[in-house]
Amino acid sequence: MKITTETGERHVLAVTVDNEAGVLAKITGLFTARGYNIESLTVADITADHALSRITIVTSGPPPIIDQIIAQLDRLVPVHKVTDLTDQGAHVEREIALVKVAGTGDKRIEALRLADVFRAKVVDTTINSFIFEITGNSEKVDRFIALMRECGLVEVGRTGVVAIARGAEAL
Amino acid sequence: MTEMSGADMVVQALVDLGVDTVFGYPGGAVLPIYDALFNHPQIKHILVRHEQAATHAAEGYARVTGRPGVVLVTSGPGATNAVTGITDALLDSIPMIVLTGQVPTTLIGTDAFQECDTVGITRHCTKHNYLVMDPDRLGPILHEAFYIATHGRPGPVVIDIPKNVQVAVGTYSVPARIEHQSYRPQVEPDAAAIAEAIELIAAAERPIFYTGGGVINAGPDASAALRQLVGLTGAPITSTLMGLGAFPSDDPKWLGMLGMHGTYESNMAMNRADLIIAVGARFDDRVTGRLDAFAPHAKKIHIDIDRSSINKIVPVDVAVLGDAGRALDALIAAWQDKGHKARDLGEWWRRIDGWRAARCLDFPEKKDAAAEIMPQRAVKALFEATRGRDPIITTEVGQHQMWAAQHFGFSAPNRWLTSGGLGTMGYGFPAAVGAQIARPDRLVICIAGEASLQMNIQEMGTVSQYRLPVKIFILNNEWMGMVRQWQELTYESRYSNSYSDSLPDFVKLAEAYGWTGMRIDTLGELEEGIQTMLDTPGPVIVDCRVAKLANCFPMIPSGAAHTDMILQPSDVTGTMDDEAKALV
Repeated sequence: MKITTETGERHVLAVTVDNEAGVLAKITGLFTARGYNIESLTVADITADHALSRITIVTSGPPPIIDQIIAQLDRLVPVHKVTDLTDQGAHVEREIALVKVAGTGDKRIEALRLADVFRAKVVDTTINSFIFEITGNSEKVDRFIALMRECGLVEVGRTGVVAIARGAEAL
Repeated sequence: MTEMSGADMVVQALVDLGVDTVFGYPGGAVLPIYDALFNHPQIKHILVRHEQAATHAAEGYARVTGRPGVVLVTSGPGATNAVTGITDALLDSIPMIVLTGQVPTTLIGTDAFQECDTVGITRHCTKHNYLVMDPDRLGPILHEAFYIATHGRPGPVVIDIPKNVQVAVGTYSVPARIEHQSYRPQVEPDAAAIAEAIELIAAAERPIFYTGGGVINAGPDASAALRQLVGLTGAPITSTLMGLGAFPSDDPKWLGMLGMHGTYESNMAMNRADLIIAVGARFDDRVTGRLDAFAPHAKKIHIDIDRSSINKIVPVDVAVLGDAGRALDALIAAWQDKGHKARDLGEWWRRIDGWRAARCLDFPEKKDAAAEIMPQRAVKALFEATRGRDPIITTEVGQHQMWAAQHFGFSAPNRWLTSGGLGTMGYGFPAAVGAQIARPDRLVICIAGEASLQMNIQEMGTVSQYRLPVKIFILNNEWMGMVRQWQELTYESRYSNSYSDSLPDFVKLAEAYGWTGMRIDTLGELEEGIQTMLDTPGPVIVDCRVAKLANCFPMIPSGAAHTDMILQPSDVTGTMDDEAKALV
């Protein structure tokens, strides 16, 4: 017999939660237990009193599954609010990558030139390496890393996506 | 605000929350709380023989009273043994508080003796859980835990308390207003949704109510409202396994249970309906059968307190988020405000009567006194013998559970206690213990299979200790009957490990525990045997020998539609394709 899996559209969810031990495990565990995808997940506390954290989750699935993910998240006791930024409309997404490239000669010059095109910053250098810091949406970061593969890429660290809705309103 | 030890705070909070009974088992990491409970004037502690039984007993207590059941167990194995019952309570939405001891905070994470990551292990089988690191938090957390366990969709909450937090002295405080910061379930239904729903109900030609455990959980008033609304509309009603008792089984509008072992008329009516009014039910796979053939012609109204239940399995046309009782009250008010009158559903009822004529719950049997007892007959005889005594019935899991659901009639809520969602063998007997503790003067009967009963049979000691008059009625067919039935249906009767070998002599076992033991072998002995059980004071175990190879029909085979019911044993082919085999 065939085991089928469904694919669907990408959604960015912003989830405000109590900043307490175990909350992140509860949320990631929900995704694992119910078979939902996590493409990226970021979390940090966002209030002056450190009471709340904001989790940004990039997930994918057909519309009923996205609806179910939101409902499942929303009923967790420590979850304050779940917002589907993709559904809500215009929003800004950013992630940061640190990209280490090693090499000399033409490859090193080409890496620096491409970094300039992508407005990546050099944050560390040795005689035969650079670390670039690049900020942008995931697609831009993907493209930069793909190009660096040709120029001596040795290591990548990425933050995952943070996102926020455009305009003056808060969530 | 009073200074006291953490253990005293736990007990004080239980008293303040109106708890009168705790089911538990002591151990190293909860000794301070046990000491605080010693000879306590208000809280009765029931000592079980295994922590899993404490959780099921607490579930039984909760289902009968509507109040949360409270469990107290030690760290490590105490907590892990409780996990099955906690999960059972999560799946059946039963309010429960589980207090677990934990190693001292200084030893957490060191693989200390009897340490386990209780909050980690129970994170996904609780509605919420806590690890209390500061005694001053105990008061607020216990009160919040009760709020969470009982508000919205009920469920189990675990509070893990390290031993040094129990010993330390702190300040006991009770929150002025018990309201959670982020957890605020919607109780009152939306008026627009109610208005939309009532128009659909008034206009439907072939409506059917499909109700579940949510109506029971919403309290006796919700059951009364359901009866009123069904009466106003004149529509037929079916219910899930969890919903039995919310509507009287002797009412002509009652079609019986639906789903895999539901009645033919219920399943056919669901399939042909033009409107399904789902109240506190969650479109479980045991109910829907094959999804793409489920109620193809029906619009669906779904009343549920849990937003995630809506559109999870079956997309619905009108969603009413809120408490089942409040929603039913609102529907009744809207029906009356609009001046709706029941439509003439005569044509619909004529079709239903046609399906009823199949008499799907009939079963072949020999009638002479020496004949073997059909298990269905045993349940029917038990039902007849206890009419007017308003018994509380618990079950284990398997064929006997389905026969009890099919053939025992319930006319009020909180009298039918069975493990629906998790399907936990070993549930019924400890649940009967909890029910009997909650209702000492009522007749409590556990209808059991000989296999399931053995999963928590150690609780016979608990029953003896507290002199509980629990009756266990075993439908003994010497098989894990439902497993054997599926092997017959799917694996050409290769009965792999489903025979109940080396059974104990249940009569002698009863005597060993100071109970009364009885055996019923033939049809001629059945009625008198049941009467003797009922007339015997104290706990009784009845080993009722039934037909060994009887199967539970009607049945929707896994992966089949409501219209493809197996009504008779002769319909069984003995094989299935891989798609069907893969379904549970």
